Amino acid sequence: MTVLVLVVATLVIAGVGFFLGRSRALSGVSGNVRDLHSLPGYYGWHVALMAALPAFGVLLVWLIVQPIVIERNIGSLLPAETVADATAFKLAVADIRRVAGGLDAAVLAGALTEASAAELTSGGTDVRAVLAGVGVALGSDVTNDTLLSAQMYRSMTATGALARMIAVLAVALAGLGYALSVTRAEFRARNRVEIVMMGVLITASSIAILTTVGIIWSMLSESLNFFRQYPATEFFFGLTWSPNFRGGSDLGFIPLLWGTLYISLIAMIVAVPLGLFTAIYLAEYAGPKVRAWVKPLIEVIAGIPTVVFGLFALVTVGPFLRDYFAQPFGFGNSGASVMTAGLVIGILNIPFISSLADDIINSVPQSLRDGSYGLGATKSETVKQVILPAALPGIVGAVLLAASRAIGETMIVTMGAGASAKLSLNPFDAMTTMTVKIVGQLTGDTDFNSPETLVAFALGITLFVITLGLNVFALYIVRKYREEYE
Amino acid sequence: MEGPIQMKDIHIEERVVSDHKAKITARGVQVYYGTNHALKDVDVDILAGTVTAFIGPSGCGKSTFLRCLNRMNDTVSSARVVGEILLDGEDIYDKRVDPVQLRAKVGMVFQKPNPFPKSIYDNVAYGPKIHGLTRNKAELDEVVESCLRKAALWNEVKDRLQAPGTGLSGGQQQRLCIARAIATSPEVLLMDEPCSALDPIATAQVEELIDELRSQFSVVIVTHSMQQAARVSQKTAFFHLGNLVEYGETGQIFTNPKDPRTESYITGRIG
Repeated sequence: MTVLVLVVATLVIAGVGFFLGRSRALSGVSGNVRDLHSLPGYYGWHVALMAALPAFGVLLVWLIVQPIVIERNIGSLLPAETVADATAFKLAVADIRRVAGGLDAAVLAGALTEASAAELTSGGTDVRAVLAGVGVALGSDVTNDTLLSAQMYRSMTATGALARMIAVLAVALAGLGYALSVTRAEFRARNRVEIVMMGVLITASSIAILTTVGIIWSMLSESLNFFRQYPATEFFFGLTWSPNFRGGSDLGFIPLLWGTLYISLIAMIVAVPLGLFTAIYLAEYAGPKVRAWVKPLIEVIAGIPTVVFGLFALVTVGPFLRDYFAQPFGFGNSGASVMTAGLVIGILNIPFISSLADDIINSVPQSLRDGSYGLGATKSETVKQVILPAALPGIVGAVLLAASRAIGETMIVTMGAGASAKLSLNPFDAMTTMTVKIVGQLTGDTDFNSPETLVAFALGITLFVITLGLNVFALYIVRKYREEYE
Repeated sequence: MEGPIQMKDIHIEERVVSDHKAKITARGVQVYYGTNHALKDVDVDILAGTVTAFIGPSGCGKSTFLRCLNRMNDTVSSARVVGEILLDGEDIYDKRVDPVQLRAKVGMVFQKPNPFPKSIYDNVAYGPKIHGLTRNKAELDEVVESCLRKAALWNEVKDRLQAPGTGLSGGQQQRLCIARAIATSPEVLLMDEPCSALDPIATAQVEELIDELRSQFSVVIVTHSMQQAARVSQKTAFFHLGNLVEYGETGQIFTNPKDPRTESYITGRIG
């Protein structure tokens, strides 16, 4: 029985359990629902959950444990020196899996019978040809060891599947029986079901956290790998970035950090005032009609994919800046420049800041505005002296979020600022950022274990730490300056 | 209870108000919110140096009228005001009058305490700063102190002037708002149910304060509590369904109302 069928069978048992539990609860009080502790449906759900959840738990554990057990058993068939070398062992096991899968396919296609597959020997039959006949291509002829192991693998898998089916179904039925036996009028089925609901909520919230932990862990382990091959001081303090895929590269991270910060700074210089002024206009000055039109129009910008912005930077902003600013004033003649990318990222971030700040300004209570107007303050005095200070923590939070976005932006930088890592103050020079280099280093066609590739992870974790620091700082600011309105 | 005279908790003093001049004169004031005719043909003279109470059931138009007196209704886009309101003989709805200047002269205290999210000092200094009433820091300090003293708050906050105003208790916040309002040295002080969010002790403090403010400002107070109107005011106006039903000496309104509706309201039969 395959896993899918097993899951369906368990669900059927649970479904039957639902109706059994419900009707048992009802018959216990001769149909008088008011004598039950919970609504009848809760008794049904309780039985269904008790049947399904433990069974799925057993299934899950089984699916994880079985391959480990089988792998360990196969190890006893392989030569000792293969088992001792982790890489060779991994390769051998992969081979065995491939052959076993091929035999499965052959049986399924009718090229072999179940019995002949189990008795096949490498001397008697050309296994490679047979498997090639059913579409499984092997890199080399199958050795006797591998074939024997594969056959053993198949038989153990089959036994395991049978045992798995029995165990899962037994647990499902046992759960069903237990739940039915406790189903009585005074049984608190509702509370039990709600505990399960709480468990679902907790699981949902832990998945995000666990993913973050997983990301950090994988980045950290690969970064450590990198720092074993490349000195950390040269990475963090090196002033040259020139990866060379034949080895002997300079992987100094300072030029990338500088590019990242320079571009983000320009982006924020563009985005913060424009976004903030937009928000103030929309929240305090615009009439309802203007607001109904302008706000969605601005937010359209947020919906444009960044790669489209990148095109805009590449074909419009870049050449414009080069022809009208960089060349006439002698700043160089590069189409791709920090200024181009910064401007375009800034524009991209305007709706982000304006939308958040608009919501924050709107949440400042009307009573504060009334209080200020009542003292004879003008609208602009009220905005400057009362509303913005009251909204400041939220606005700082919005700005720092936008900064995180600007730092993490990749596409626009690739197309707008180029890919050459340079340490320069000239805003019309081509530079590049950490994100661009992460993509560049990982997508090359090189050995994964070389420092040139692994540096991507070191860059990634550094970027992660920078944005994390920004976010923590944002939280700190928001906490420190938070004002209770009422 | 047979008549209004027997409301024992109302202590009515002798009031000498006849020698005060009219500060605000309202004639034929109508207010519309969209198509809703909220205030109908109101004529009132608010006297200088007097506490005037507006009483009446909810939705009767008393707050609406109060907000006409410093043009706070301008901030409500659907509101339309017709008629004539004169402050010292000048029409406040004249085109030449800047509502911002007007509100500096006619201050307002709101129903719920609404201190700004600033320090206690900056809350009081707000008005003097934006109107440029003081020349230097020392003068500003003086204004802040004297306003906090007038609002009977100085002793409680003098050691923590830089603490946020929002951290005070409800009664203290309301007195802070009163101090803030009188710091712009207005001529008229409008109070929209200033005690409705306060406990009895804080209410008593604010009422005492209102009585003291009378010597420098005309005070107009909207209140739901008839006892409060009787305690603090010299003149009382009774509003009902958008009409000004009766306006007169507080003692006369509470002991000898001319209109049967006034009598019904103050004895608790309508409202």
